[in-house]
Amino acid sequence: MKKIMILLFVSLFSFSVNSNAKSITLGWAAWDPANALQELTKEFTAETGIEVNFEFVPWPNFADRMLNELNNKGKTFDLLIGDSQWIGAGAVYGHYVKLNDFFDKEGISMSDFSPATVYAYSTWPKGSENYYALPAMGDALAWAYRKDWFDRPELKSEFKKKHGYDLGVPANWNQLYDMCTFFQGREIDGQKRYGAAINTERGSEGITMGVTAAMYAWGMEYENPNKPYDMEGYFNSPQAVEAVEFYRKLYEDCAPPGHSDAYMVANLDAYKSGQVAFQMNWYAFWPGVSKEDSDGRVSGFFANPKQNVAAATLGGQGISVVKYSDKQDLALEYIKWFARPDVQQKWWDLGGYSCHNDVLNSPSFPTSTVYAQGFLDSMGIVKDFWQEPTFVELMLPMQEAIHDYVVNGKGTAKEALDKIIEEWVEVFEADGKL
Amino acid sequence: MSVKKKFKGLSDKAVSWLFIGPTVLLLLAINIYPLVYAIKMSFTNFYANKIGREPQFVGLKNYIKVLNKEAIWEKMQVTASFMFWTLLLQAIIGLGLALLLNRKFKGNELLTTLIVLPMMLSPAVVGVFWTYLYNPQVGLFNYVVNFFYDLGSFDMIGSSTLAPWAIVIVDTWMWTPFTMLICLAGLRSVPNYLYEAAEVDRASKWQQFIYITLPSVLPFLLLALLFRGIENFKMFDMVVELTSGGPGSATELASINLKREAFEKWKTGYSSAFAVILFVTIFGFGNVYVKVMNKIKER
Repeated sequence: MKKIMILLFVSLFSFSVNSNAKSITLGWAAWDPANALQELTKEFTAETGIEVNFEFVPWPNFADRMLNELNNKGKTFDLLIGDSQWIGAGAVYGHYVKLNDFFDKEGISMSDFSPATVYAYSTWPKGSENYYALPAMGDALAWAYRKDWFDRPELKSEFKKKHGYDLGVPANWNQLYDMCTFFQGREIDGQKRYGAAINTERGSEGITMGVTAAMYAWGMEYENPNKPYDMEGYFNSPQAVEAVEFYRKLYEDCAPPGHSDAYMVANLDAYKSGQVAFQMNWYAFWPGVSKEDSDGRVSGFFANPKQNVAAATLGGQGISVVKYSDKQDLALEYIKWFARPDVQQKWWDLGGYSCHNDVLNSPSFPTSTVYAQGFLDSMGIVKDFWQEPTFVELMLPMQEAIHDYVVNGKGTAKEALDKIIEEWVEVFEADGKL
Repeated sequence: MSVKKKFKGLSDKAVSWLFIGPTVLLLLAINIYPLVYAIKMSFTNFYANKIGREPQFVGLKNYIKVLNKEAIWEKMQVTASFMFWTLLLQAIIGLGLALLLNRKFKGNELLTTLIVLPMMLSPAVVGVFWTYLYNPQVGLFNYVVNFFYDLGSFDMIGSSTLAPWAIVIVDTWMWTPFTMLICLAGLRSVPNYLYEAAEVDRASKWQQFIYITLPSVLPFLLLALLFRGIENFKMFDMVVELTSGGPGSATELASINLKREAFEKWKTGYSSAFAVILFVTIFGFGNVYVKVMNKIKER
């Protein structure tokens, strides 16, 4: 009996040691693509025997949780799919492993990935050839609309009569506004409907991601291209001011009641419950939206409309190896597997957004889903918020000032943008950039 | 037996230190040390997220910056207004409920239990479910208001005029029972013979309330308001869940702003100075208040 107990204990102990040695933990946000990745990763475990544990954090707490973990040099995560804006902090503060040598050794070429995604998700300093992540999840802010309502003959003719052009995918923000106001307060199938569910969230990054979709389309630049961090006249240019004013008008005239602190989930809810004709959201959600079309709902999707220029707010993330991990070799093995073109194709098929050229340039890609062409269009025109190590310090004043103007109705758009520049100057000064 | 022997030779003072020693150590470790550390940090330009960057001594710069920042004064105004209205409403309604429940009637115990329920809930949970109650499309709050007076659709959380009232209403709903309980304890400690003597002297009910009930219950009420005042000065979770400090900064209390500066912008030195200022403010007010309260008690 004693011998059996010892045998049992030894085998249990060796199993636990073995499973600890052959497992890694991956951290990401809790959303649809994370479930797809979990599904995809089963193949990695089957091939390599390495177990992958996942920790998915809800979006509102995602940045707080992950950045605190990195700042504390935590060992919870071996792999992290972090937001594009974190790359600066990841590189400068040494949170992420530099991947150049690994890429060279394993023959992983960044030219195999879409240039916009490599620039946004992998490099620091921007545009350099220092890689701290592999592009994992391409994403941009886009729009979904109720195609079934748009196709109704009576609504089409009424709209054409009123505005002189067809009800359909808006060619610019003015048309988007016309369409939103057309649906605002309209009764369809016995229910009151509204124009658009747009980003207004204040706590993390919501309203900034939303308003920049308009600002980029109006041609806003963050800084003087010839003089870094010189923002006066660029970030608060007349075009930028006009865009912010427009966004407020869109909120006031087209948002459903109570949509004053809304981001991804609230926009999805407003759309799924049939309240709105349009929703602004990330491509990451379109597979779910498309799959859930039922009871006559047909969804259409389109890239961010242009105004003065074609542009879209960048989302998406790269996958990085955490410097403080004790299992960097296993984590790198995962990245090597994930970079394979066949895995990237499966990633897209499961609902993830691959950034690999083999997937994106495939002739069947644009017609593979109803939102694939929009995704391609968007990834060619994306622009991102500051990716500086101090991006959180830069994001918060913008959140507050824009929310104060758009939702709270305080002051003018110019005052809001001036206030943001004032705060940003302070941040850059403290960081030694100015 | 051996333990008995061991402690036999200890003086009373030593035994008392033995008992309070662990508590003192714990207090030093989790209260005093962080406080001293925060004071030290407040004189530096320390950023907790900037690894490897040595903090430099900046003197009173952080304090001057905090005190000269217009936005900080706005947050302090928001906090003061929140405290004023919540304390006023909780004092009036709490005292009123205590007077009601001090009477003997059928169902008294059940009603007391029901009234006390809100303060047993988690503030974060309260914040979340009140966002649903305030929803202008499906929320119960709008429905009830419109049932009595047709105001149409209004957004309690999205309007800068209504949002400060939204947080005042929720805090009052949640914490009035606390004031009520303390006042009720005060009311039940008033000896009956005082009222009997007043009856003999033909004092009216109003006079009995003004000259007996109110002076007796006032120290209790002031104590309840002291506790609530301190709590509301550092109010965080419920408001964050309910409004995130918005719209704009209409409900951004000083504590929410402090958290953002310290743990989102990582301005450790600056936010330490802000924290010290807040601590001194509440400590100062608290001391003055306690002195006033003691004077009232002595009367």
